[in-house]
Amino acid sequence: MPDNYRAKKAYKQQMESAGSGERTNSSGIRLKEYYTPQDFKKSYEDELANPGEYPYTRGIHKDMYRGKLWTMRMFSGFGTPEDTNGRLKLLLSHGETGLSVAFDMPTLYGLDATSERAHGEVGKCGVNVSSLKDMEIIFKGIPLDKVSTSMTINAPANILTAMYAVVGEKGGVAKSKLAGTVQADILKEYIAQKEWIYPPEAHMRLIRDMMVYCTRNMPKWNYISISGYHIREAGASAVQELAFTLADGFEYVKMGIDNGLDVDSFAPRLSFFFNSSINFFEEIAKFRAARRIWAREMKETYGAKNDRSMKLRFHSQTSGYSLTWQQPLNNIVRTSIEALAAVLGGTQSLHTNSYDEAWALPSEQAVEVALRTQQILAHETGVADVIDPLGGSYYIESLTDKMEEEAYKYFKTIEGMGGVVNSIKNGYLQREIAATAYAHQKKVESGEMKIIGVNAFVKEDEQPINVLKIDLKAERIQRKRLQDVRLKRNNSRVQRSLERLRDVYSGDENSMEAVIEAVKNYATLEEITNVGREVFGGWKEPTIV
Amino acid sequence: MEGTNDSMRRRIRILVAKPALDGHDRGVLILAKAFRDAGMEVLYAGLLPTPETVARIAVDEDVDVVALSLHNSAHLSAFPEVKRWLKKLGANDIQVVGGGIIPPADRKKLEKMGITGNFGPGTPLEQVIDHVRKVAKKKWKMDQ
Repeated sequence: MPDNYRAKKAYKQQMESAGSGERTNSSGIRLKEYYTPQDFKKSYEDELANPGEYPYTRGIHKDMYRGKLWTMRMFSGFGTPEDTNGRLKLLLSHGETGLSVAFDMPTLYGLDATSERAHGEVGKCGVNVSSLKDMEIIFKGIPLDKVSTSMTINAPANILTAMYAVVGEKGGVAKSKLAGTVQADILKEYIAQKEWIYPPEAHMRLIRDMMVYCTRNMPKWNYISISGYHIREAGASAVQELAFTLADGFEYVKMGIDNGLDVDSFAPRLSFFFNSSINFFEEIAKFRAARRIWAREMKETYGAKNDRSMKLRFHSQTSGYSLTWQQPLNNIVRTSIEALAAVLGGTQSLHTNSYDEAWALPSEQAVEVALRTQQILAHETGVADVIDPLGGSYYIESLTDKMEEEAYKYFKTIEGMGGVVNSIKNGYLQREIAATAYAHQKKVESGEMKIIGVNAFVKEDEQPINVLKIDLKAERIQRKRLQDVRLKRNNSRVQRSLERLRDVYSGDENSMEAVIEAVKNYATLEEITNVGREVFGGWKEPTIV
Repeated sequence: MEGTNDSMRRRIRILVAKPALDGHDRGVLILAKAFRDAGMEVLYAGLLPTPETVARIAVDEDVDVVALSLHNSAHLSAFPEVKRWLKKLGANDIQVVGGGIIPPADRKKLEKMGITGNFGPGTPLEQVIDHVRKVAKKKWKMDQ
């Protein structure tokens, strides 16, 4: 795309010097020319401590990557359940034990492949699941007692958890032995990713049901991965990501305690998912601040006694937003720097994005480069040899303190509005993010913020790259399969189990058993979510713009 | 005064929408703000409207331009669907502009179906705004 607009503007900007003036980071924190011992005067024991010691600023493990490297967990899923089953088996044959499944948009919104709204979207951004049958195919021949499965699913997380439990049971693996994670962080859906089905209170109740049920029956199932990733991608600054994500985390902790669970019985199972973006030191400070805040609050405010409840474990992913369509190979460099920030920030697992993701879903070649990036970091650079190597840097410590301070200002504002759910319902969190995104965009437009290939060092002719193409075959197969499921199942049993679910949803008892029963009878994903739609209603976002 | 000058001076009414199962609204919210700052009257269809709903809002609100954004690779089915509904509702003059993660090969297909712009990531806002102004003028001419 010869891009006269950018080319002209960029030329003009390159002529102007970038010399003088104030420097700030993505969070609007003003940066000094350099930092000195004056900038960090707090006590080492109280604020930092050695790795593996409270408040875990320097890392949650004593030996960190010397004991065990971070997990290179590449997220995948596409097309039909058969396609994904093949991919998962391939990963297992390469020695992976941690699976990570992506679902398509209809599944994420609780719709069947046969829904009119699903047209053109089945199997596109992940694998399609419309009934238990699809889950049986995805995990066919995979030993569920030996692997752990991470499922990126939120609004219908209770249903997918139920399906996984039934697949396990049918294959002779007890629920108590199933290991894995569902994302199920509905708060960030309202704040950022916007994949919901019902109003916030209804979803929170379903998460509560899952939390209580799994705490008692599925001890190896992590039922919430509290996610800042999407908040950041939607436009938040690093501080906003930090503050809003931790605020969401505390909301789930409060919910567990309010429902009679002992904090130490469930908090060790909560984990986090952060973005690792391009402003290198800011990201590292963010991860360190997150660990310290979580540890403090869990101990002092929520009364945790078990160390594991205080240790913030997190997965990270490099920033999709930072990738450019222009000069796509530059994205390999961006991803490497972001991955390094996550490692220096002490991540437990990492997904690196592929260089072609501003063009389409990643090609196999691009995915391989992304994985190799992590392997080079792990095995060639020596960054895994020493724990928290930036600890004690005047700049990093000062920035970590500042991020913490700014996050507390947001906690106070959110609390003043009556908590996270209220600040979602009045649109505050969404508007904060949209305002930051727009301010950022204006800086890009004016050239104050430089993006190589986009508004600086622009190339006149961009050569197209080879990208992955996905056809409509998956849609046809999935529609047909679902029709077969409907013909073969016992429809009166389906109706009875949906009736039972309606009663349970209308009351306040735990709904997980009823969901499991409906799933077992091959009620479809949409039939089950429709019961919720009838009982709870839908959700319309407050005005953001 | 003849209508021409008047219509050139009138404010552009634009509907921004994501006509599919796609919650990635960073871009669409930025566009809404940018169109407003550029002096347009902006309507936002909210999240998850069907193509039919988008077309009906466009007709009911008498907009000049519908700006569609998708990041979930449903553009080839959803954008033309909006166009088809506009035609069905007798509003073929309403201009449809697209954007999002759209591979170059798909851009050509969309252009052929009368969906213009089809801007990819990193497009300057100024370029999008200029394009909207251009197609709005085209619509006003058609209406005369």
